[in-house]
Amino acid sequence: MADVILDTPIAAPAKPAATFRNLHNPGVVFGTTVILIVLLMALLAPWLGTIDPTAINPIARNKVPGAELSLRTDTGERIKMIALFGTDGLGRDVYSRVVYGARISLLVGVSVALISVACGLFIGLLAGFFRILDAIIMRVMDGLMAIPAILLAIAMVSLFRSSVLTVIIAITVPQIPGVVRLVRSIVLSVREEPYVEAAVTLGTSTPKLLWRHVLPNTIAPMIVQGTFICAAAILVEAILSFLGIGVPPEVPTWGNIMAEGRQVFSLFPHNIIYPGVFLAMTILAVNVLGDGMRDTLDPKMAKRV
Amino acid sequence: MYGYLFRRVLGTIPVMLVVAIFIFLMLRLTPSDPAAIIAGDSATTEQVAKIRGQLGLDRPMVEQFFIWSSKVLSGDFGESFFFKKTVASLIGERIEPTLSLALITMLLAVLVAVPLGVLAAHRHGSWIDRIVMGFSVLGFSMPSFVIGYLLIYLFAVWLGWLPVQGYQRISEGLGGWLRGLVLPSLTLSIIFVALIARMTRTSMLEVLSEDYIRTARAKGQSERKVLFRHALRNAAVPIVTVIGLGVALLIGGVVVTESVFTIPGLGRLTVDAVLARDYPTIQAVILLFSFVYVMINLAVDMIYTLLDPRIRY
Repeated sequence: MADVILDTPIAAPAKPAATFRNLHNPGVVFGTTVILIVLLMALLAPWLGTIDPTAINPIARNKVPGAELSLRTDTGERIKMIALFGTDGLGRDVYSRVVYGARISLLVGVSVALISVACGLFIGLLAGFFRILDAIIMRVMDGLMAIPAILLAIAMVSLFRSSVLTVIIAITVPQIPGVVRLVRSIVLSVREEPYVEAAVTLGTSTPKLLWRHVLPNTIAPMIVQGTFICAAAILVEAILSFLGIGVPPEVPTWGNIMAEGRQVFSLFPHNIIYPGVFLAMTILAVNVLGDGMRDTLDPKMAKRV
Repeated sequence: MYGYLFRRVLGTIPVMLVVAIFIFLMLRLTPSDPAAIIAGDSATTEQVAKIRGQLGLDRPMVEQFFIWSSKVLSGDFGESFFFKKTVASLIGERIEPTLSLALITMLLAVLVAVPLGVLAAHRHGSWIDRIVMGFSVLGFSMPSFVIGYLLIYLFAVWLGWLPVQGYQRISEGLGGWLRGLVLPSLTLSIIFVALIARMTRTSMLEVLSEDYIRTARAKGQSERKVLFRHALRNAAVPIVTVIGLGVALLIGGVVVTESVFTIPGLGRLTVDAVLARDYPTIQAVILLFSFVYVMINLAVDMIYTLLDPRIRY
């Protein structure tokens, strides 16, 4: 019977208050708004006046923003359109590429955040709860953390053929040790709490203990950490693509558009500026959202940083 | 104290061992065969097998690891597949630009960020504080290559004050060397300034609410002395820690910045090696960067005792 009372998730009572406070945090409001706009842009890309982002148009190479160009549609008729953001060295429409590029950035950001938090939670719970595993896991994590994240991602990219999946894996692996450390530290402090000791005394099985008593304590820090990982992942994806070792060059991503514009940058800066602005705004929004959520969801962590 | 130092130095060995095992396994488990890459497309199976024998790739994995790591310890990183010279000499050629860029960036960042952070903490809640905090969030979010190109466009293409790209060796004249490094180090230092200024502000805010600060002010000490002598010295430990940890960001940033400004340093070498699947070079560069990172953080631990005499190990 006592077990039933102890089983109520600890974090539950704080929740309504946190959501309520979220709406008053300017960071959360700004971040969410910008991310929603970028998300809508990614989802509605084909209906936003875009053309095929991979369509090469040799007669319209390196047009400045606002230039008029004519192109042939699939049915063979010629139409005129305005290249809002100009065209790149292969005559592809930069506006269309930027709009479609949002898809890859968001896909990579969200997947990396989810996968690294899931893996980190699993490994961190193991390390925090089982003394024997702890020493081994933490030595491996220390070693992984000693390799600068971008460098580790670059090395991992070099192992496989370039694809979106390779990039996601390469960015995820360096993020895992940070999550593991955070989860482990939470587990170690929760273990000392009276309610966990009580549950242990009552004979709660270890999986149930982890699931009902320890895991709820990690939710708020994981949401905050996941948001920051998402921002970092979007940035690293753009860096890898920009360096020419990320997503295959024909796929429209913000990093790839900028990589394409490198050679002709001093004459046609639009190839760098438009995707750069979208990239910076998106990362800024995610970071600001993370800061805001840390302040509202996790006041203890806010004091530390 | 010396006992602690000794244990701390010993503690870096398992970390570097894990790094070495990880890098070794990662590149050995690649789907592509290094012997086939060296032999080229037109090589016969026998030729590939011969090269595999020469490289020792046909031996057991554990034996390979010991051969490889004992060579690495004696400074032999093998031969680059792509550049056709020893990796050690390749690194030797490329180290000057990277070291110059990293040191100037570090110096610039600390000189700008620490006073900014102190000022923000001193005028807590004022518009200066808000600007510094706003800049710090922005600095984290602006990709360094976007900043780099904006700076190139503004100062090199438009105003024509500084060279667009490239690097001049220090032996060819100090002026040219420094001029070439202004924009790259400015680009690279922005994220660093953001990081250090934020930590300085937080740490200073904590210290400024201490009793001894009130005492110092009460006895009529000038505000500058209160801030820099009493407060900053006591706030220094977290700042130095974040500088040490920020070296990881610096190393990542070097790779990007060298590509933007076409500086022939270790960062550019890393990217070229990855593009050419030049595994000995990739291994060596990652090992080197990780080693530097671990050593800097070891040094940071040692500096604690100098900064704060209360810390005794």
